[in-house]
Amino acid sequence: MVESPTLGSSAKKSVVQRERATIRFAGDSGDGMQLAGNRFTDATAVFGNDFSTLPDFPAEIRAPAGSLAGVSSFQISFSARTIHTPGDAPDALVAMNPAALKVHAKELIRGGLLIVNKDAFTSANLKKAGYTSNPLDDGSLADYRLIEVPITQLASAAAAESGVSKQDAERTKNLFALGVVYWLFDRDLGPSIAWIEEKFAKLPAVVEANKAALKAGHAYGETAELADAHVSVPPASLLPGTYRTITGNEATAIGLVAAKELSGLQLFYGSYPITPASDILHSLASYRNFGVKTFQAEDEIAAVGAAIGAAFGGSIGVTGTSGPGVALKSESIGLAVMTELPLIVLNVQRGGPSTGLPTKTEQGDLLQALYGRNGESPVCVIAPRSPGDCFYMVIEAVRLAFHAMTPVIFLSDGYLANTAEPWPLPDISQLPKIDVTFHQDPQTFEPYRRNPDTLARQYAIPGTPALQHRIGGLEKADGSGNVSYDPDNHQHMIDTRADKIARIANVIPALEIEGPDTGDVLVLSWGSTYGAAITAVEQARADGAGVSLAHLRHLNPFPANLADVLSRFQTVLIPETNSGQLRLLVRAKFLVDAQGLNKVNGQPFNSSEIVDAIMALRSTQVPTHA
Amino acid sequence: MVVTDRDVSADEAPRLSKKDFASDQDTRWCPGCGDYSILSQMQRMLPNLGRKREDIVFVSGIGCSSRFPYYMNTYGFHTIHGRAPTLATGLKLARPELLIFVVTGDGDGLSIGGNHLLHALRRNLDINILLFNNRIYGLTKGQYSPTSEVGKVTKSSPMGSIENPLNPIAVALTAEATFVARTFDTDPVHLSATLEAAAHHKGASFVEIYQNCNIFNDGTFRDFTDKPVRGERLLYLEPGKPMLFGDDHQRGLALSGATPRIVQADDQDVIIHNPAEDAPTVGNMLARFQYPDMPVPMGIFRQVHKPSYGDMLGQQITDATEQRGPGDLAALIAGDNTWHVD
Repeated sequence: MVESPTLGSSAKKSVVQRERATIRFAGDSGDGMQLAGNRFTDATAVFGNDFSTLPDFPAEIRAPAGSLAGVSSFQISFSARTIHTPGDAPDALVAMNPAALKVHAKELIRGGLLIVNKDAFTSANLKKAGYTSNPLDDGSLADYRLIEVPITQLASAAAAESGVSKQDAERTKNLFALGVVYWLFDRDLGPSIAWIEEKFAKLPAVVEANKAALKAGHAYGETAELADAHVSVPPASLLPGTYRTITGNEATAIGLVAAKELSGLQLFYGSYPITPASDILHSLASYRNFGVKTFQAEDEIAAVGAAIGAAFGGSIGVTGTSGPGVALKSESIGLAVMTELPLIVLNVQRGGPSTGLPTKTEQGDLLQALYGRNGESPVCVIAPRSPGDCFYMVIEAVRLAFHAMTPVIFLSDGYLANTAEPWPLPDISQLPKIDVTFHQDPQTFEPYRRNPDTLARQYAIPGTPALQHRIGGLEKADGSGNVSYDPDNHQHMIDTRADKIARIANVIPALEIEGPDTGDVLVLSWGSTYGAAITAVEQARADGAGVSLAHLRHLNPFPANLADVLSRFQTVLIPETNSGQLRLLVRAKFLVDAQGLNKVNGQPFNSSEIVDAIMALRSTQVPTHA
Repeated sequence: MVVTDRDVSADEAPRLSKKDFASDQDTRWCPGCGDYSILSQMQRMLPNLGRKREDIVFVSGIGCSSRFPYYMNTYGFHTIHGRAPTLATGLKLARPELLIFVVTGDGDGLSIGGNHLLHALRRNLDINILLFNNRIYGLTKGQYSPTSEVGKVTKSSPMGSIENPLNPIAVALTAEATFVARTFDTDPVHLSATLEAAAHHKGASFVEIYQNCNIFNDGTFRDFTDKPVRGERLLYLEPGKPMLFGDDHQRGLALSGATPRIVQADDQDVIIHNPAEDAPTVGNMLARFQYPDMPVPMGIFRQVHKPSYGDMLGQQITDATEQRGPGDLAALIAGDNTWHVD
């Protein structure tokens, strides 16, 4: 970050240019923090910064008001150059109540801007947040540039003129706060005003109240002695193109529709509501005019069963869930392994085990994806690396499922699901078609006769004349598909199913090394840690470390050149938001003494944590390859 | 599973016969099992429907009854325990033109798969669920099932079962199934006719089939299904006709308030069977009839017509396409807000 004079410097009401800023909005879960954050994101997109967001909210829809458990936050980092993470510590924090201050103030950088809603610092709220004295008065916030604003009072007064109820007027406090932040960070009110007008079109008084509060907040920033300067982060020099804002779940849903068009097949999505995957179901359910068939099942098992039934019928059969749902689906996934049907299982991972942390992110389900079934049950496993990458990787999931006639597990997570970034729109005409052929010829048909290259079995769907056949979960004789208890056949089929998955390595891209292709440290990441990992590797290299990044999007099979990549570095560091699952696989498969950086607290990595680990490894490095 | 006769072109559509529906697989039920009769009547009945073999799919779960698809020369899917309705659901929604039968048993359909059975029925999915009820777990060699009687002595209940059994017909009626019937393995004419009526029904059909397990629960239905006693102990339900039973149809059913009573056949209060009745009262009453207190009803308890889930889903797709136009992928990808970087 190119640091300019801090906000506390002497320049009155001047503009301070900065390369990057990170803001966090925090309040009660009923305070509208996600809304404020999303509006700021849109305004930032229109302004032309690169950005990344991190929404963080409690599992309870309405936790007790004012409680620590009920705090909801939204962080956005925006920059004049390309960024990959929502930032580590925020430069500015908006705290709408004492609980929000308590939870988030400790992460604000020293000297950071702290805007609090003074009206919410009542003795009752202070008590709920566990404060014994008022932090606004006791000097405990001296490290920050504290700005106390009577937000509730000012917002209510501004909104009251539109004639809304007292309660509705108070509710505009998030927009007042947003207006203040818009002034502080030099954003245009236009996109938010347009959004308010469209969103509340049927309620003119509400439109007026919200607009009044937003404008009042902005005006307050301008006229009150709020800060000595406002901060400007110039637009980023993104690659030319047309962009939109996208979250991982949005990209996943749209990607499935794209796969439908690229394959010419029907799309069937069976799902049972579960955080943080439900938004994929919501999106797809609204695409009826694309012919998308969604089915809200009675449970997770029914959701996957229906997807397998649809796949048997020749549709793209997809089920989406989170880890607890995958646990319930595991027997059915085994059925799809045995019947060798294309099935796509989306796992938007969350904190586990059991119900765990429904709204928090984790990469805890990698081994579940690979091994969480009875018997030798190999499946293909892939993982997107960014919100926009969910679009491409879910298309990849469909492609591989039909290519090898296999279940494919797609490992997204709560962070990718909800984080937003600017996304250059893909050119659909450049996306490769997904080639699916249904077997038609009775002379050459056997249900388990295989393509000699891919080992995929022949795919004949009901309705095809003269190809009537039966499949099922009992072991099958290769070729005929008849039920077989023959010992040699079972060994052969176990080997064949494994070989079939292994051969997928022939049709996936080689692993790329970002940075020099040999060196001291290789950071090997997968899934959503990409943003923090690439940021950290670039930072560490700028600081003189001999470090490169290799990022895995294919977890089973691994890219064919992974062994070679690992052998080019003295040390391998694997950062994961689990206790070392990829590391276990890499050690077992390649006999490499990979080091882990593991964090399982429901939060994504800060890039600084990975930088620190790289630097520590450098200083204590022991060669792992003779 | 190799197709038996490959040279029959579907376009010629000759009248198929029973043997056209037999696969090349050897049946492996125990000799004397009631399942043979059901298989035979299914193969005999299907040609009556005039459907092509390739358009028919049998989906099953786990258990003796669930081996059924292997013996049918149609498409088939032998799935996992209790889940057959879920696969049938996805298949039917993906391929509405297919004729789908789900074959399940009392353990598969009412114990491990009870949830799916309820939901497939209440959604009125256009599939046919055949529940072979033998009141025992056969494939696992003789444990009590969710339809076993209280006191039933089995390997897992040596002192007698202490569980109240489920009543499959009552379950189906409660789930608002639009076609609910009962038949049994040793009356091939009634069995075949009931299967055919179920296949013709548009919407979810549920057929409970009393099926004898001659190894682990032999004779469980014998007291009222054996030929010599049937006339007196079964009540054959016939739509539009008075509910009469007895060897000479000499007795009938009437209601005193909400209580059923047995009367002489010529009593003017004898109820006329009306399965199209939407109100559940009579159907639920009949479902509770048990030997020896009352004659055991056979036939169609309920048949009403309501839109099927698949038809309604198809209608939503049609409506959405008419209102919004066919989906435009480029527009979907772009979303509502885009900006340009030059």
